[in-house]
Amino acid sequence: MSGLYQFIYETAVIILPSWTSHLVAGLSIMIILVNAVLMGAAVFVWMERRLIGRFHNRIGPNRWGPFGMFQPFADMLKLVFKEDIIPANADKPVFILVPIAMLMPVILMMAVVPFAQNTALANLNVGVLYVLAVTSVTTLAIFMAGWSSNNRFAMFGAARGVAVLISYEVPVVISLLGVVLVTGSMSLADVVSAQTVPFLLVQPLAFFVFLAGTSAELNRTPFDVAEAESELVAGYHTEFSGVKFALIQAAEFGGVAASAAVIVTLFLSGWAGPASAYLGWLWFLLKVGVIAFVFIWIRATYPRLRVDQIMALAWKFLLPLSLINLLAIVLEVFFLRDASGVLTTADLWIMAGINIVLAVSAIALFGSLISEKVSPNIWQPGAGLPEPTPAVAFPAREVR
Amino acid sequence: MLVQDIVFWILAVAVIGAALGVVLVKDLFHSVLLLVVVFIGVAGFFVMMSAEFLGVVQVLIYAGAVSILVIFAIMLTRDVQRGNLPNRIQMPALVLSALLLATLVWTATQTEWDRIEEGQRDRVDLVQTSSVSLVTDETLQASGFLTGEEQAAARQAGLADLLIGDFVLPFEAVSVLLLAAVIGALALVRTR
Repeated sequence: MSGLYQFIYETAVIILPSWTSHLVAGLSIMIILVNAVLMGAAVFVWMERRLIGRFHNRIGPNRWGPFGMFQPFADMLKLVFKEDIIPANADKPVFILVPIAMLMPVILMMAVVPFAQNTALANLNVGVLYVLAVTSVTTLAIFMAGWSSNNRFAMFGAARGVAVLISYEVPVVISLLGVVLVTGSMSLADVVSAQTVPFLLVQPLAFFVFLAGTSAELNRTPFDVAEAESELVAGYHTEFSGVKFALIQAAEFGGVAASAAVIVTLFLSGWAGPASAYLGWLWFLLKVGVIAFVFIWIRATYPRLRVDQIMALAWKFLLPLSLINLLAIVLEVFFLRDASGVLTTADLWIMAGINIVLAVSAIALFGSLISEKVSPNIWQPGAGLPEPTPAVAFPAREVR
Repeated sequence: MLVQDIVFWILAVAVIGAALGVVLVKDLFHSVLLLVVVFIGVAGFFVMMSAEFLGVVQVLIYAGAVSILVIFAIMLTRDVQRGNLPNRIQMPALVLSALLLATLVWTATQTEWDRIEEGQRDRVDLVQTSSVSLVTDETLQASGFLTGEEQAAARQAGLADLLIGDFVLPFEAVSVLLLAAVIGALALVRTR
C-alpha cells in the first residue's frame, strides 16, 4: 500500500466512515495520475514544438501565453470543438474504445514511478515487470485502431506498428534484465536506491538499447513507419478526429513523458541528487526534461528508416547488444558480489569502467557489421562529371 | 473484508460475462477482445490472492502477446464478421468441454484450500480481529508480521527456487520445446 494512499485515507477517515475514505483515497489517486499524464503530455507537446522549431531554425508557437506555453491547451480546445466522425463502415464499439485503450497503459505506467523518496503512488514489488506488462497492451490498442477503422492505410499502419512493437520488445526486456540483476529486486524504489552510481554509467549498453527500443515503441520519428505520413496518410489513426484524435495524441505524447520518467528511474538514479530528501522531485523533473530533450533531439536529427532497416536494427543490432550486456552483467555480478550477494559502490565503479569500454567497442563492431555495404558515389572536385550510370533494361521475365 | 468482496464480485461478473461473450459473439475480432478482458480479469484475481508476480506475467504474456498471436491468426481467416460456419466437430467439442469442466470442478472441490502459509494466516486474522480496515505496514510490523513487501519478496524468491530447483527438468524441457518451435518456424518460412 503506498504512502500517499495511506495519508489520504487517514486524513479522510477522521470525518468519514471507513469505506468512503477508501473511495476518496482511491479517487484522489486516480485524479492525480490522470492529471500527471495529461499535464506531462501538454508540457511535452509545448517543449517538442518549440524545440523542433529551434532545430528547424524557426521560432515555433510563441503567441498564446508566455513563450507559447498555452499552445497545447489551445490545440486541445480546437480538437474538442471539431466534429467527431465515425466512418460508416467502422467497427463502432471497438472504434470508440480505441482512444481509451491507448491512454490507459500510459496512465497506469505512471502509477509505479517514484517521483521522490516514498512518493510512488504504488510501490509494487514487481515494478519493472509491471511497466513492461502495461506497455505491452499498447500493441493491442494499435491493432484495434487499425482494424476498426476499416481503412487499408490504417490497417497497414497498424500491421507495421505491431511488427515494430513485437520486435523491439525483445531487446528492451533483455536490457532490463541487467538492471534487475544488479539491483536484486524488481521494485522501482529499490532500483533507485541501488543506484549509488547511476546505471547509465554502470550499464551504458543497456541504456542505449532501452532508449532506442523505447523510441521505436513510441513511434518516434526515426522509427515512425506506422504513421509514415508520406506513405500512409497518418497510419493507424487516419480515421480518428475530434476528441478521439486528441486523446490518441495525448496518449502518444504522454507516453513519451512516462517513458522518460521510467528511463530516469531505471538509469539516471531517479530522484537522487543533492538534498534529495527535500528536492527529490526537482531532480526527477530535471532529469525527465533532459531525457525528453534527447528524444526530441533524436527526432529532429534522423530521417525515417525503412521497414527492413528497422527490423534489421532490432534483430541484428540491438538484440546482440542486449545479450552482450546481459552476459557481461551476469559475469560481473557473479565475480564482484560479496558473500551476501551485495554490490558495493566501488564494485559498481569497476563495472562502469569495464562496461563503458565494452559498450563503445560493441556498438562500433556491430554498427560496422550491419551497415549497408554500398559505397556512396561521392563527387570529387576536379574529377569531372561522374560517369552516368548506363541504363539497364529490366531483364525479360522468364516465361515458363 | 468488504472492499475485497466488492472487488471480487465485480471481477467475477466481468470475467464470466466476457467469457460467455467470447463464445457467443459472432464477430471473431470482438471475441478476441473479450478474451483479453478475461485474461486481465484473471490477472486481477491473481493480484487479489497476493500473487502479484503471476498477475503481471499474465497480463504481459496473455493480454500482450497471446492475444496478438490470435489476432494475426484471425486476420488470415475469411468472413471474420460472420463468424464460424457450422461444422461437424460440435459433438467432439461438447464432449471435450464436458470433460474439462468435470476435471476443473473435481480439482476445485478436492483441493485443500485452507492451507494458508503461517504469515498469511496471521495477517488475515489481524484484519478480521482488529478494528482497523486498512492494514498498514506499520501495524503489521508492530504486531511482528512480515510487511506486504517482505512477503512478496519471499514469494518471488520461492517461485524462483521452485523453477530452478525442484522443477528444473520440466522448465528446461519447455525451453527446449520452445527453441525447437522457433527453429521450426524459421525453417518453414525460409526462402530457398
